[in-house]
Amino acid sequence: MRIFDPHIHMTSRTTDDYQAMYASGVRALVEPSFWLGQPRTSPASFFDYFDALLGWEPFRAAQYGIAHHCTLALNPKEANDPRCTPVLEELPRYLVKDGVVAVGEIGYDSMTPAEDVALATQLQLAAEYALPAMVHTPHRDKLAGLRRTIDVVAESNLDPEHVLLDHLNETTVKVAADSGSWLGFSIYPDTKMDEDRMVSVLRSHGTDRVLVNSAADWGKSDPLKTRKVGDAMLAAGFSEDDVDKVLWRNPVAFYGLSGRLQLDVPAPEALHEGNSILRGGE
Amino acid sequence: MNRESIDGRLDSAAVAWLDQALAEAAEAADEPDNVAVPRWQLRFAAAGRHCGQENADAVRTLLLRRAAADVGTLTRLYQQGAAAERRAVLLALPDLVPGPEALPLVEDALRTNDTRLVEAAVGPYAAGHLDPHAWRHAVLKCLFTGVPVAAVADAERRAHGDAELARMLADYASERTAAGRSVPADLHRVLIMTGEES
Repeated sequence: MRIFDPHIHMTSRTTDDYQAMYASGVRALVEPSFWLGQPRTSPASFFDYFDALLGWEPFRAAQYGIAHHCTLALNPKEANDPRCTPVLEELPRYLVKDGVVAVGEIGYDSMTPAEDVALATQLQLAAEYALPAMVHTPHRDKLAGLRRTIDVVAESNLDPEHVLLDHLNETTVKVAADSGSWLGFSIYPDTKMDEDRMVSVLRSHGTDRVLVNSAADWGKSDPLKTRKVGDAMLAAGFSEDDVDKVLWRNPVAFYGLSGRLQLDVPAPEALHEGNSILRGGE
Repeated sequence: MNRESIDGRLDSAAVAWLDQALAEAAEAADEPDNVAVPRWQLRFAAAGRHCGQENADAVRTLLLRRAAADVGTLTRLYQQGAAAERRAVLLALPDLVPGPEALPLVEDALRTNDTRLVEAAVGPYAAGHLDPHAWRHAVLKCLFTGVPVAAVADAERRAHGDAELARMLADYASERTAAGRSVPADLHRVLIMTGEES
């Protein structure tokens, strides 16, 4: 089973996770820039974070045979802090980088005027830089937030077919599907979706334009949830081709809209004896 | 690598892309800094996806040479670059910067644990300008991170007669042995270069 995790925050994860992900079939992933748990207070700490997503993290992933790409943006939560909004002015120089395959995560958190501005501005940037957009739908007041997101996309220059609406569930999948955008589902241990509910959605909705991710981060989450969905799909009677479509071909098609996917990472070499390259022996 | 040998590895779309990029770089060399972000610098960032990652080093260093990038431009491209762009800046230093002004970029790269950067940092520019203490640590870092010592430019000349380097290598070998670990073969190679092995 080959797996592309289209949403996972690897900066929060250990090398054991990379190893386990590779063993489960993960060969590619996208790490969206997002909130780090602790609010940032200046644009400079965003830039160091973006640089890590374009430097150290892909290097780490490659040690484990996994192709790493990222999406960059000012996230909805921190778009509300005027100390952070200058990030928007510097984003263009990052959006030309080879490793950037979308603008994201953008979207709504609390649906404030500042979030309106950040979302509209960054959808416009996506259109200008010929990138798709990865849009987070809010945890609170999700359906209303989704409808408002779809309206803002419709008013933008970005085609809805170049938008991924993420963190969907049973109550939002129909509205999202009708918009023409791609459909993302995050599978979590307790919150968001679980693998059996995901299988039910796939049964009723089908596999078209559906992406499944672990969204694993620094909270309670599981980087192997993509594999568990694949296994649950097979157990429920879906074919291997269905699984490949959801866990590989759909994310490749969506992020491939950027023209920047590089999926040919060599298989991992054995680590330097007794001296992990990953830590430089330090 | 020169233009002809790069072209042999590119398809026709990439050759046309590179033609345009080099023309823009040459224009910038004649009229430096007349716009905020010159077009060739956007192409410098995008080189991997247009010419293939396997050709990105060669294409990027060619662009830097054609634009006759100065230390200020190289520093900005390094600081604002993804790892692959930083690597290209490091590789271009010996051709573009005669003096030691770009050493902070080499020192930055040697602080990372990214072997792509460490490898690019220990080229001829480092051989020509790093002070003895920093150079010895660069050699040791290669041994620690698994960067082949063959990547260290001018190693024989710089290592020769360096008793302090020989001591550091011997100490490292003892530490490995005490831990029951093997001593990297490259360590012996450098130790022989010092001519100080006991």
